[in-house]
Amino acid sequence: MKFRTRAIHVGNERDPLTGAVVRPIHLATTYVQPGAGEWGEFDYSRSGNPTRKALETTLASLESGCGALAYASGMAAIHGVTMLLSAGDHVLAGTDVYGGTYRLLHKVVNRAGIDVSLAPATDLDAFEAAIRPETRLVWIESPGNPLLSITDIAACAEIAHRHGALLGVDNTFATPVLTRPLELGADIVMHSATKYLGGHSDVLGGALVVRDKELYDRLYFLQNATGAVLAPLESFLCSRGIKTLELRVREQCRTAQRLAEWLDGDDRIARVLYPGLPDHPGHAIAARQMDGAFGAMLSFEVAGDFAAAKRVAESTKLFQLAVSLGAVESLIEQPASMSHASYDRDARLAHGIRDGLIRLSVGLEDFEDLQGDLDQALAWISQAGGRHLA
Amino acid sequence: MTNRPRLPDPNGPELADSTLAVHAGEDRLKVGNAMTDAIFCSATYTFPDTQAAIDYATLKLPREEYGRYGNPTERVAERKLAALEGGEGAILYSTGMAAISSLLMATLQSGDEVVLFDECYHRTRELCKKHLGKFGVVTHQVPACDYERMEAAINERTRLLISESPTNPHLSVVDLERFASLGKKHQVATMIDATLATPYNVKPLSYGIDYVVHSCTKYLGGHNDLLGGAVIGSEQALEPVRALRGATGMCIGPHEVYLLLRGIKTFELRMLRHNENGLRVARFLEGHPRVEKVYYPGLESHRDHEVAKRTMRGYGGLITFLVKDADHVQTAAVVDATTIPRIGPSLGGVESLIEQPIVMSYHSFTKEQREAVGIRDNMIRLACGIENPEDLIADLKQALER
Ligand SMILES: Cc1ncc(COP(=O)(O)O)c(C=O)c1O
Ligand SMILES: Cc1ncc(COP(=O)(O)O)c(C=O)c1O
Repeated sequence: MKFRTRAIHVGNERDPLTGAVVRPIHLATTYVQPGAGEWGEFDYSRSGNPTRKALETTLASLESGCGALAYASGMAAIHGVTMLLSAGDHVLAGTDVYGGTYRLLHKVVNRAGIDVSLAPATDLDAFEAAIRPETRLVWIESPGNPLLSITDIAACAEIAHRHGALLGVDNTFATPVLTRPLELGADIVMHSATKYLGGHSDVLGGALVVRDKELYDRLYFLQNATGAVLAPLESFLCSRGIKTLELRVREQCRTAQRLAEWLDGDDRIARVLYPGLPDHPGHAIAARQMDGAFGAMLSFEVAGDFAAAKRVAESTKLFQLAVSLGAVESLIEQPASMSHASYDRDARLAHGIRDGLIRLSVGLEDFEDLQGDLDQALAWISQAGGRHLA
Repeated sequence: MTNRPRLPDPNGPELADSTLAVHAGEDRLKVGNAMTDAIFCSATYTFPDTQAAIDYATLKLPREEYGRYGNPTERVAERKLAALEGGEGAILYSTGMAAISSLLMATLQSGDEVVLFDECYHRTRELCKKHLGKFGVVTHQVPACDYERMEAAINERTRLLISESPTNPHLSVVDLERFASLGKKHQVATMIDATLATPYNVKPLSYGIDYVVHSCTKYLGGHNDLLGGAVIGSEQALEPVRALRGATGMCIGPHEVYLLLRGIKTFELRMLRHNENGLRVARFLEGHPRVEKVYYPGLESHRDHEVAKRTMRGYGGLITFLVKDADHVQTAAVVDATTIPRIGPSLGGVESLIEQPIVMSYHSFTKEQREAVGIRDNMIRLACGIENPEDLIADLKQALER
């Protein structure tokens, strides 16, 4: 079966008891057992829940894994991976990883005697050089946030495996519609299900999918022991979201591509960062690694200063000013004042996140409506005196 | 930041359906600045003091009082549906049948008459003839799309003309302009059950129809996981209908309203896919030697294809077909051999469903009764979901060629 058909049917078989085409939401925390010392399929909801299991079965199929685990949030899923490590181990992560991942690695994981370092995953030689004999986990994200850098997942898998480390990929931005890291050699794929998988700005969740049964068992053990499971109602909403995942992602990517091309030709814009544009440094890898589209996240720098960019971000009517991404509603944010405000300015600039940068999460609205909205918001740029006036 | 006007803003740009589906009817700044609407489970709403309650009652202030009269989450969904249909207002119900029966009860009284196109959801027919009949409402049934017979059945007691479009399961398509003008000419209200069309494919109010009703259980909810119904029209037309809901209480629950709102966000995408799957599967079936006939308004061979082409943007996911030289057992074998569609009634969800009308909706009918409404033993109704169309076609092919 093709991806879209599996997204609807795998894990969602008819309810055997009632025939319900949508299975019931199981809120029960405990399950009656056939006998003392005899265990049924489910015993206690932290160890396993039919509604969560259905979601996990779908995710495993979509990501070509042997099993999946659903967590209370994306961060809980990443934390689940880091608990595989022991004191003395080293983690190498790409420089473009999500800020919450950076915080987890540098403020939580390091306290367990685990060493953490970052290196640019887009520069494979530098990345490999940063590996140490005690490196056990390599963690990357593609496309990266907010500069939409593209990392070669297959190449990173080779590097990690050459040095005896696992490769984990945060696939939140690409989604399994476009990229399936396990097929490219990764060991663990991770999602903030809060984003495209849930897709409707109304579920907080996370997931891990793996290829190897033994690794699945270790992660399952840790999840059950520490307890960051996804609740049944959220599991249901996430499964419901996944039924339209491919439709949503493909449509959102189409609109993002058209917006990127339009912005690229507009002289109020200094530069557009979108892997679907031929001059994006990661375009060739993205074309190979992403199935027919380049994602629905898009960043651009206005030809203006911090205040001008702030003005633009505050002036859209359809794009709403908020962090997060991946939902049907389009969002806009200024990384310098919002998602990356905790960086000091020099560190932020060194990272390539300039004052005029704006990040869009393109939703499901009509292309022309979104274009018209950005166009009127960008009126601030000509008034502020942009590049083309200088 | 001040709250911006709700979309569609009469002073703002006109917005496309996909944008309306995502945003229409929602406050731009919501409770708690949340991105999505909250689910208000509250059964009742409180007043700060007695004077406030008196002001509410005397000045008819726009606020909530008690759950049966309205709920904030429900109002968002009602505004969204109204925007998609191009109506002034919408009223939501616990089911599609609750919407239809409420509309009929609100607009008809003893001694009134209705004229009905005979091809329609059998419960609607039953409701008119059996239940309303008990209250002295007379129903005239005429063949679908026979406008002359319909006009001939109108008299001075006629209050309502009723049809579905497309009809279920024959997919006849009503010429809405003609239907509306019949109503206008004789000063009779018109109602179209547009469940199978959806506001993506056709907007009946734009042709002058007075009331559009939907089973939101179908495409609008879209995920086979909620029951709901809606009546949409002008505020004036809706007033008595709204008052009756307050009295009879056929309300939709807040959780279902939320799922409906969430379903509508992807409405256009889903409809595009249902339309594509419907047309591709119908064409495949029409070309298959084991298929005697296919009812699908997107096919040139359909009686109403011209009307459909003129008035519809797409033709939906529902297809009815006859298996050639098959009795009911051989027909059942085709149904049972499919692996992707589940066997069951209903339509409009992401999951495909398949059924043999004689064993589902029409099981309690005699053969003569079934034949009178065109339900044949070798008939299969397939509600295409949004799966990959090649998967659906391959599945039907193996089921037909077994
Ligand atoms: C790429 C990426 N990874 C991980 C996360 C963390 O996920 P969550 O917010 O669900 O914990 C986010 C979003 O916040 C993200 O954008
Ligand atoms: C055309 C049509 N109208 C009305 C209904 C009744 O709606 P509900 O099942 O939501 O009561 C149905 C389906 O059952 C239908 O197919």
